[in-house]
Amino acid sequence: MEYEAVIGLEVHVQLNTATKIFCSCSTEFGAAPNSHVCEICMGQPGVLPVLNREALDKAVKAGLSLNCGISDYSKFDRKNYFYPDLPKGYQISQFDYPICGKGYLDIDLSDGSTKRVGITRAHLEEDAGKLVHTEGAGYSLVDLNRAGVPLLEIVSEPDMRSSEEAFHYLKSLRNIMKYIGVSDVNLEEGSLRCDANISIRPKGDDKLGTKVEVKNMNSFNGVRKAIDHEIERQIFAAENGERIVQETRLYDAAANKTHPMRSKEEANDYRYFPEPDLPPVCVTPEEIDNIRKTLPELPREKMRRFEKDYNITRQDAITLTDDFDLAAYFEECLKGYKGEPKKAANWIQAEVMAVLNELSMGITEYAAKMMPATQIAELLNFVEDGTITGKMAKDVYAAMVDTKKTAKQVIDEKGLKQVSDSGELEKVVDKVINDNPGEVEKYRSGKKNVIGFFVGQIMKETRGQANPKMVNDILTKKLDQA
Amino acid sequence: MPEIGLKDVENTAKLAKLEFTGAEKEKFAGQFSKIVKFVEKISELNTDDIPPTTHAVEKRNVIREDSVGESMPIDVFEKTAPKALDRSIVVPRVIEH
Ligand SMILES: [Zn+2]
Repeated sequence: MEYEAVIGLEVHVQLNTATKIFCSCSTEFGAAPNSHVCEICMGQPGVLPVLNREALDKAVKAGLSLNCGISDYSKFDRKNYFYPDLPKGYQISQFDYPICGKGYLDIDLSDGSTKRVGITRAHLEEDAGKLVHTEGAGYSLVDLNRAGVPLLEIVSEPDMRSSEEAFHYLKSLRNIMKYIGVSDVNLEEGSLRCDANISIRPKGDDKLGTKVEVKNMNSFNGVRKAIDHEIERQIFAAENGERIVQETRLYDAAANKTHPMRSKEEANDYRYFPEPDLPPVCVTPEEIDNIRKTLPELPREKMRRFEKDYNITRQDAITLTDDFDLAAYFEECLKGYKGEPKKAANWIQAEVMAVLNELSMGITEYAAKMMPATQIAELLNFVEDGTITGKMAKDVYAAMVDTKKTAKQVIDEKGLKQVSDSGELEKVVDKVINDNPGEVEKYRSGKKNVIGFFVGQIMKETRGQANPKMVNDILTKKLDQA
Repeated sequence: MPEIGLKDVENTAKLAKLEFTGAEKEKFAGQFSKIVKFVEKISELNTDDIPPTTHAVEKRNVIREDSVGESMPIDVFEKTAPKALDRSIVVPRVIEH
């Protein structure tokens, strides 16, 4: 039987505020254990949590970027469960009145098609603390620095049908959050976390199968592999007549497997009830409008604009807009570059990205410390106006990276100039023709491809500085006349 | 609403990580049932024109600015826990998953 996978994602985005969601402790990452802890985030009796404005505004901004309706009445609830990293014995979350309602996200797939994935809701909640286990010790240590850090949980509709779609959804979501500046969205550091609800059904069926929640996917490749593996596991089970049970499974990246997390009889019952210490939040249309005005151009809009305005391929546009700062670098370069944007796009994707990979450097640091975009523009302009060839530009660029000199300095110092003087070039062409009568004979007897040999010899004579187009023209003219 | 039985009490106790004797469970089952019946009196009222209450507090939008304040000094923090080690609270080993 042919099966179809049904996938929904629950993504936790850590909002990059200065303080925690309900107290004024710092959210600084990597501080000594329990340095950012107070009575409120420890859950001491009698304290009063108060909502952080920045967390609220960033949640609204994130919601708007995902086309969500913003609720004019939103409230907090206690989600009750016991775990040593949860000091209060409950997590403050939002149950029935989340800050953001229904929305959607359009994603671009590898085959060029577009898919709309529905957003069910997005709500604010606090993070839990961290447990530290020492090998062999009979105890665990609790660090509450992270307890109370603001999270936005974004829940998608079960609209995805493959790991590829889930991957693109997650990537797109990450890029948007990065663009609008509400989160650092780093999967490895945990400021972006993703759980997947996965089920299978016979293709064509409308009914949803039993869903399994998969957690612990902490890289983009992990998400793809974990989902693929879980789909395979479920299909195998179904084909062998096994019943798929509703459960939570953990992904083990090293083994590329999932295994059950909790026994099923321990069904969760969170007994949500309204958080009495936090009054409801009512965001006005004016406030929403003011936040909407702060939204920048989103990644997909930018991608479409690049594709159209700069006449570059969709794939190039996707690569360049994948990173906000890379897109800015490209556009900065175009301000000074006189040639076709496509050439600058190619140069940045091939040459600049190669250097970034080699130095393990981000584009922002590169622009600040190594090479501002204006210098790439200057270099490419020298190719455009015929001063140097494209091949020479690569050498000049390498020297610029090594010495931090400008393209002009490198060209002047090395005496690199493209020879575009037709008189000078003709002399060289004549010499090469006279030195190689045998090859000339071959050419004239119809073996036109020996032209490559002549071009090679001319480049050798001119140390690669001859204008290739002019060489070709002069050479063909001279060889063909006889 | 049906009577609250022993099973409900046991399930609630389990979720709250509490243990009770058989006699205590019997007693609570009776008390829970009475509480539920008392709450059920509300359904005798006509609430057609009354919007549902979602929160007991009348206040709205109590919000603070995002500026960092003092956290608890580590020596005070360590005193709040029965046992502390390396700036952390010591708990029985948690076997994850
Ligand atoms: Zn605190």
